[in-house]
Formats: sequence, structure tokens, C-alpha cells
Amino acid sequence: MNFVALKMLVADRAKYFSLIFAIAFASFLLANQVSIFIGIMTRPSSQIQDVVDADVWVMDPQTHYSNEVYALRDYDLYRVRSVPGVEWAVPLYKGNGRAKGPDGRFRTVILMGLDDATLVGAPRKMLVGSIQDLDQPDAAIIDKAGYLYFFPGQPLEVGKTLQMNERRVLIVGVSDASAPFESFPVLHTRYSQALGFVGRERNLLSFVLAKPTPGTPVEKVCKGIEAATGLRARSTAEFSLDSFLFYLRNTGIPVNFGITVIIALVVGTVIPGQTFYIFTVENLKQFGALKAIGVTNRRIVGMILLQALVVGGTGYALGMGITAAFFARTMSYLPTRGIIFPWQVMAAVGVVVLLVVGLASLISVRRVLVLEPAVVFRG
Amino acid sequence: MIKDGIAVFSQDVTKVFGRGDTQVHALRGIDLNIQLGELTMLVGPSGSGKTTLLSVITGLLDATSGDLVVLGRRPGELSAEDLILFRRENLGFVFQQFNLLPALTAAENVAVPLLAGGTKRQQAVARGEEFLATLGMAHRAHALPSELSGGEQQRVALARALVHEPKLIVCDEPTSALDGRTGHAVMELLSAAAVRPGRAVIIVTHDARIFDFADQIAHMDDGRITSLEENRRMVPPQLLRH
Repeated sequence: MNFVALKMLVADRAKYFSLIFAIAFASFLLANQVSIFIGIMTRPSSQIQDVVDADVWVMDPQTHYSNEVYALRDYDLYRVRSVPGVEWAVPLYKGNGRAKGPDGRFRTVILMGLDDATLVGAPRKMLVGSIQDLDQPDAAIIDKAGYLYFFPGQPLEVGKTLQMNERRVLIVGVSDASAPFESFPVLHTRYSQALGFVGRERNLLSFVLAKPTPGTPVEKVCKGIEAATGLRARSTAEFSLDSFLFYLRNTGIPVNFGITVIIALVVGTVIPGQTFYIFTVENLKQFGALKAIGVTNRRIVGMILLQALVVGGTGYALGMGITAAFFARTMSYLPTRGIIFPWQVMAAVGVVVLLVVGLASLISVRRVLVLEPAVVFRG
Repeated sequence: MIKDGIAVFSQDVTKVFGRGDTQVHALRGIDLNIQLGELTMLVGPSGSGKTTLLSVITGLLDATSGDLVVLGRRPGELSAEDLILFRRENLGFVFQQFNLLPALTAAENVAVPLLAGGTKRQQAVARGEEFLATLGMAHRAHALPSELSGGEQQRVALARALVHEPKLIVCDEPTSALDGRTGHAVMELLSAAAVRPGRAVIIVTHDARIFDFADQIAHMDDGRITSLEENRRMVPPQLLRH
């Protein structure tokens, strides 16, 4: 009877296509908005994720996320180094400065000051130049988006200069640093150099980056540092989550995206649900005839579920295809770089679509199950 | 005691819808015997209980009281699942509005009872095509119901009712949606193809023009059989040739 169910489904093309379109639209909207939400909300932790050499971030006890930092005292670095289980610890400056281009255009930039000796926290991927060139005077590495802002239309090359705090900044490399939340350019320089770029501040020590000794769990080292220094110590994953949660709690972003996701869910549930229900109700007489002829309720339920699965599956596949095409297009666009379509979102939307069509078909199935087959004798 | 050769035995069968003040007595003590090999017509005005009786006989509705035996089984004693199986194996239906599935071709519509019984699609549709050919509809086997005339649709419905060789065929106003000539042609076909030894046909109708096809006519009014008339059935020419 499966082919009967499928033929019944596609016979009314207008309803068939409107069902598929509604599910495709809803699944696209869900997948798209959730992916963008995740992409945006993970941006505050971009600079944390980019540091792959160290596993522990030590900060002021009142620092709650990466973009608002109260500097530590210089000797805190040595206190961290003295904690058992810490293999090494280095300073990291993270702050904002203002950079000016040769044509006068300026921007606030994120400045990362790396330990002079080790360059721990340097960009993972260089597009042009070398990390070692940071040894040069006034040297800095800028991210691609920042480079193209200051030098629009120009090929990526070293040797360009910017100005920060009335000082020359020599671009010795272009990196592929992850996009930050504020879409500011990201500059990496040496820790000692950063002082000159940002101006007079009593302390520059935003974070101490530490590495546990081999075999020592990160959590144990964090606890040890906190106990010994009174500072806050977090693993990379914990600090990323802290930053994510801070923006989640303190901005309107989740509300904004939440509303869109709710609308997508409502549209995705109500429209296909209603259309599928109407589709079933309009076919009640046919189902009644089938019941009278001797088709079991179980078989009819199977037919309806098959119809729901086909429209749900087709709509979902179409929606995921559109979403994938969307992100394939926007991934190469600088402002939206790094916002991807995670497979977990695809799977979660699949579960939601399954629930939606399941719910829609359940309501329809109920009508068919309570249908008296004698209805077929009523002209 | 039910004699052999009885398709339907009904004794004092009643059917009441609703309860309290809204009760409707649709059947008030129906006594009726229908023999295998005969064509019985239930006739009467609207609301007389014809369709309700047909629904009770086919197990689509439960009788409120009385004794009803159909093809040796008491529908009221069968479980819901057994009742469906009983209908699938033993009953063929022809509906007033044909109730063909609009998405299926004529042959596929005819194949539905076979599909419901578990026959493979290809085999069932081939059988449907063969059956349509016996009713002179081979050339329309792949047409959709919307492409068929009313008479053709009813022939497809008739083929669907007969394809699985049921022992009891029930027809609800099979000619009411057709013009006189087409209705007569359909009745000729029905009489020739459906009425066989070992099979009974019950037709609910208002259409006095087709009474000649009946072996027995039960006149109904207000939920009762008011008279039972034996008839000399008009034998259609097709049957005479055999």
C-alpha cells in the first residue's frame, strides 16, 4: 500500500509542494539562525581559541570574560610559575588601541602582546610573513580583515606601516586570526612592544598563560593556582564558555535570535501541521473507503506516517541544501568568516523536523482512527 | 438454525443511535434472509434505514440488538481486527460516489483490495487490468478516475468490488449518480458479473428502473421491512450467452 500512500500524497501538487516548501523554509530558518547565533556567540572567545600553546588562563579574580580585563601585577607571573604542576607560564597582553592608516582612516584594534621570548599565543596560520619577524623593531602582525580595511584593494604584503599612539607599526605579516566579536582588526606584537602601542598604563599583564607539567590535569593546576595566588585560573574551554555565557546573559543577542528561532518553529509546526491535517481531512472519504474495503488502521497509520516522512525528509533535505549553500557563499565573505554550519545543528534540526511532522501526522492520524468506515455510505 | 446457502440471516436486528432524548431508532427489528446466488434490493424512502442496515450487515456499524449472521459469522462477535479481515476476504463494495482513489489509475484502483490482502503491487495491478478487460474496460485501465465518465467509474468500482472474488457484494445506490441508460448498463454488467452461485449481492437503491434485476426486494420504512417481494430477475443478455 506504500505506493498508494505516495500517489495520494503527490496527486495534490499544490498541497504537496506547499508542505515541502513550509518544512524547507522552517528548517532553513532554524539551521541558519542557530548556526549564525553559535557563530556570533563563539566570537568573543576567538582570541582564546586561537591560543593553542597554553592550556591555562590566569586572570584577575573579577575578570569574567576575555574582552574586559583588569591587569595583573607583574609579579603575579612569577607567583604562577612557582605553583606546583605548572611547567611554564608567560605573560599575555590583550587590550584595545587605535591604529591609523597611511590615508588617515583609523580603527580601534585588538592588540595581543606576546611573550618576547617564546611568542606563545602567536597566530596559528600566517598568510604572509613569518612569526619570527616580530623580533624586528615596531613589528606587528595584522589579520587579513584588518589589512584589507587599512589597505583596501592592495595585495597582501609585508612592509606596510600603520600608526599607533604616535608610533610607527611595521606590518611584518598577515595572519588568518579568527574573527573577533566586535569585528575589530587583530594585531599581534611582542609584549614589550605593546606598551608603546597603547600608551601609558601601569600594568600590561592582562593574562598569564600557563602550561601544566606532563600528566598533570588542567583542572588540578587551575585549582592549585587559585589556591596559591588568589587569582582566577581557567582552562581554555572554561574561559571560552565564560565569555560565551557573559554575552548570553548580558546582551540582547539570545532574545533576538530566540525570537527568530521561535518564529521558525511556529511556522515550521503550524503551517505544515495545518496543511497536512487539511490534506488528511480532505482524503478522509478515501481513507474511509480503504477502511471499509479492509485496510487495517495500522496500515493506514503507516500510510500517513510514510506521507509525513516523505514530505518531512524532502523539505528537510531541501532546507539543509539551501542552508549549506548559504554558508558556502558567506564563508568566503570577510565579515561573516568563521560562521559555519555545524553538523550538530543539522542533526538537531533533523530531530526538530521529525518531531514537527510526527506531531502533524499524529493529529491527522487521530482523525482517521476515529473515522467510522460507514461514512463511505453517506453520499 | 441457519440453513446452508444463506448469505445473511437477520432476526429482530435493531440499531439505535444516540441516547436519552436524542435517541434515533434507525432499525426496528429487521428479519431478513438473503440467499447465496441471489440479488437482493433494499428499497425505501430516505431515512428508512436502508444504508444503516447495509452498514450493520457489513460490520461497519454494530447492531444494538438481535441476531445477525453473515456468511456463517456473527459480526458482533468478531474482534475489530477479525472484522476487517472478514470484510477484506468476503465483502466487495460499490459506493454511490464510486470512492475511487483519484491518484490511482483504474487498474490500480481495482487492485486495492488485493494490495490490502498483501498481494505484490505488480501482480495486483496486472490482475486489475485483467479484470477490467473482462468488463470491457481494458482500454481505460491506465486512465485516472477524473478522466473517466460516471459509467466508467462505476464499472471500475464494480471491478474493484469483484476482483478478490468476495462472497457478498454490497452496493449503495450504484446507479443514482448515473443517467438512466448508463445506470441500466451498469446494472446489466453487475447482474452478469456479480451474481453467481455461492455469492450474494445486496443493493440499496431508490431507482425503480433497476428493480427488474432483483431476485428479492425488501421495502423499508421507518427502520422496518414493510414488505418482502420475490421477483423474477431479468437475466442480462451477457449471462444468456454463457
